[in-house]
Amino acid sequence: MTTNSDRPRRHLAALAVAAVMSAALATGGPAMAQPTLSFSAIPNQDETHLLERFNKVAAYLQKELGVPVKYVPVKSYSAAVTAFKNNHIQLAWFGGLTGVQARLAVPGSVAIAQGIEDTAFVTYFIAHSSTGLSAKPTLGDDVKGKTFTFGSKGSTSGRLMPEFYLREIFKTDPEKVFSRVGFSGDHTKTLDLVSSGAYQIGALDFTVYEAALKAGKVDTKAVTVIWKTPPYPDYNWSIRGDVDKTFGPGFIKKVQDALVKMNDPELLATFPRTKFIPAANKDYQPVEDTAHLLNLIDG
Amino acid sequence: MRPDRKGPAGRHWLGRREVGIGVVLVGLAMLPFADLEVSTHDPWRHVSRFLAGFLSPDFNSIRSIAWAVVYTVAFGLVGVFIGSLAGLLLAPAYHLRPVRILAATLRAVHELFWALLFLQVFGPSAITGALAIALPYSGIFAKVYSEMLEEADRRPDEVLPPGSGALSRFLYARLPMALSPFRIYTRYRIECGLRSSAVLGFVGLPTLGFELDAFFKVGRYESVAAVLLIYYLMIATNRQWLRPSLIPVFLVAAFGLLITLGGPPFRMENLVRFLTEDIVPAPLRDASLLASSTWDQLSGWLDVLLSTQAFPGLWSTVVVTQMALAVTMFVALLGFPLIVARLVGKVPSISGHLLLVVGRSTPEYMLVYIFLQMLGPSMLPAIIALGLHNGAIIAHLLGRQADALTPTLRPDAPRGFNLYVYEFVPRLYGNFLAYIFYRWEIILRESAIVGILGVHTLGFYIDGAITEIRLDRAVLLIAVTVLATFAVDAIARGLRRRFQLSMNDLASREGSAIY
Repeated sequence: MTTNSDRPRRHLAALAVAAVMSAALATGGPAMAQPTLSFSAIPNQDETHLLERFNKVAAYLQKELGVPVKYVPVKSYSAAVTAFKNNHIQLAWFGGLTGVQARLAVPGSVAIAQGIEDTAFVTYFIAHSSTGLSAKPTLGDDVKGKTFTFGSKGSTSGRLMPEFYLREIFKTDPEKVFSRVGFSGDHTKTLDLVSSGAYQIGALDFTVYEAALKAGKVDTKAVTVIWKTPPYPDYNWSIRGDVDKTFGPGFIKKVQDALVKMNDPELLATFPRTKFIPAANKDYQPVEDTAHLLNLIDG
Repeated sequence: MRPDRKGPAGRHWLGRREVGIGVVLVGLAMLPFADLEVSTHDPWRHVSRFLAGFLSPDFNSIRSIAWAVVYTVAFGLVGVFIGSLAGLLLAPAYHLRPVRILAATLRAVHELFWALLFLQVFGPSAITGALAIALPYSGIFAKVYSEMLEEADRRPDEVLPPGSGALSRFLYARLPMALSPFRIYTRYRIECGLRSSAVLGFVGLPTLGFELDAFFKVGRYESVAAVLLIYYLMIATNRQWLRPSLIPVFLVAAFGLLITLGGPPFRMENLVRFLTEDIVPAPLRDASLLASSTWDQLSGWLDVLLSTQAFPGLWSTVVVTQMALAVTMFVALLGFPLIVARLVGKVPSISGHLLLVVGRSTPEYMLVYIFLQMLGPSMLPAIIALGLHNGAIIAHLLGRQADALTPTLRPDAPRGFNLYVYEFVPRLYGNFLAYIFYRWEIILRESAIVGILGVHTLGFYIDGAITEIRLDRAVLLIAVTVLATFAVDAIARGLRRRFQLSMNDLASREGSAIY
């Protein structure tokens, strides 16, 4: 039992300790000794094994680059861009749109690599079998009035390009074409929602669909691909321009080489890509133009 | 309890009963504007899988869940601690208008919105979590502490000699008289802090919400059940393990833990950029403030933002709020007898308690999230969840008061249904309305944030603006939310004054639980 007289003193002592600690908290703790290259990837599919898979990529990069490399998981597309902007990560595997957003936010940053698949990426429009819709060369009036889901609000293949083509085909807002328009959050979720019939139609990244199909995770009785968009450039590795200052001249080139030479199928399956090839900012001009057109970026 | 139709309010045609009916009618009038569709293909499959999860909860991920519990407690304690200190500093100056406006603004922005903003600067770090709780809580603490100081016995202050300094007066004559209600209220707030902290996981902090979201997303309902069961256990037993004498120890440990949390380093330039560029409306950035074209662009920017996002979002928010408020009334009135032993019997009243505890201790955001998973994205899950949560809170308070009334009943008082209709409801009706109006503003704030989950309320557009990395828009939309909160608060205050609805028991643990 404590007496009443010593209780306030103990509280005061605890307060003092807590105040000192909050000061320490505010200054951010001990500084890092050796600069670490932190990288991330937009969470575009099943998030449960991200850490495991990307830690292998981190180990590969660390071996190739000779500097400590850390994978930083993020919860959303925008969190990846924000982390890049805030220099919390220096390298990222972005989508087309997030890459444009990130490079606009960080002057001097560059796109250095893309998957072979990304030079001509497409979006699949899929439909639940109960709609009776089937594959056609374009979207017709029979999709009108159905329910529809995009992927993440910040996704290129799940939102930007499908919205662009919907507007081009129907000359109006998606909300006026469909009876309900949702944002599932990621491509795997879009596939789930359309498979269960929660949404009748959905638009998603073709690589995620094909990978799920190969893994036997697509209920082909419930879902059919009804349209494939024309090709556009998509995912990319982008890096901050100031890493050369931190890690030494020529570092950006070193990272690019390491990515392009990655040939372990297990590592590549993380993305999922068959091979990385060099890329440049100008490759994504069409994405930037479309984002302007849809008023998703300022300027 | 004041009898009805007495005092100034009684002279008007509009009485307390009409006000209550009015709230229900406004809720009903929203029906044509509400999107109430069940859009899931087969909701029962989801509901039954969710419930089946509870029959065989999967504790395999117990390690990560346990860490999430630790971080939930750490963020909750540190956030409430900093918030209460700040509130304590603001409370003595609360009569000053700027302080009142500051406190009202701090608390009008929900923890999740604060977190979304801080994430832009600090990333998913200790600072983000601590500040997201501390800021809104400081606004609430400032208000409640100041009200408690007002109500405290002033006699010690009055007997001090005229020359006494203001600080001495406050520390030696005012503060000691209010310490006891302060302590009770702060203890209650710690429990709220645990709930808020759990919810912050949904936006990326390592608390219980993070685990829940991850398991829900991949449909692992057994693990979802495990997280929820552990969450309820944590909340239900918090007064047992988080004992007042141990709180300083817990607090020191919490600070220590959060310092070692890691996360992205703090960079001053990010904060500067956030304040001087990110949140500045796009047309004003790097533009000449003297050129008229700049201002034309700004008005165009505002026009588009207000007409395509702020107003539609605000309208949906109001629709959800009013319908949820009406549901809250029904849940509260039908729910409170469940815990009154005199009405339902001793044993059933215990299960009634359990029901209400689950309803009020599940954070509204979590409840909406769960309902959305099962019913699909429309206003329906939001309205049901907000009504259940807020109704359970009020039912609990009313039930406690009905219990307190029981010994005062006449020996020949009616029983059962008649007792409920003719005795308890009329006698508690004034408090009931007061609670409803106190929760109104809170329900509005909650309706706004659940937009993050896909209902098209203000949160939907705020989340969209953040996805588009347009923080200027996000901040403007949050400001609209704040103004709407102020408006509702002002109307509610007017109504409470007009109908003399006040809570006389603010200083008690039950009374303060309305905030």
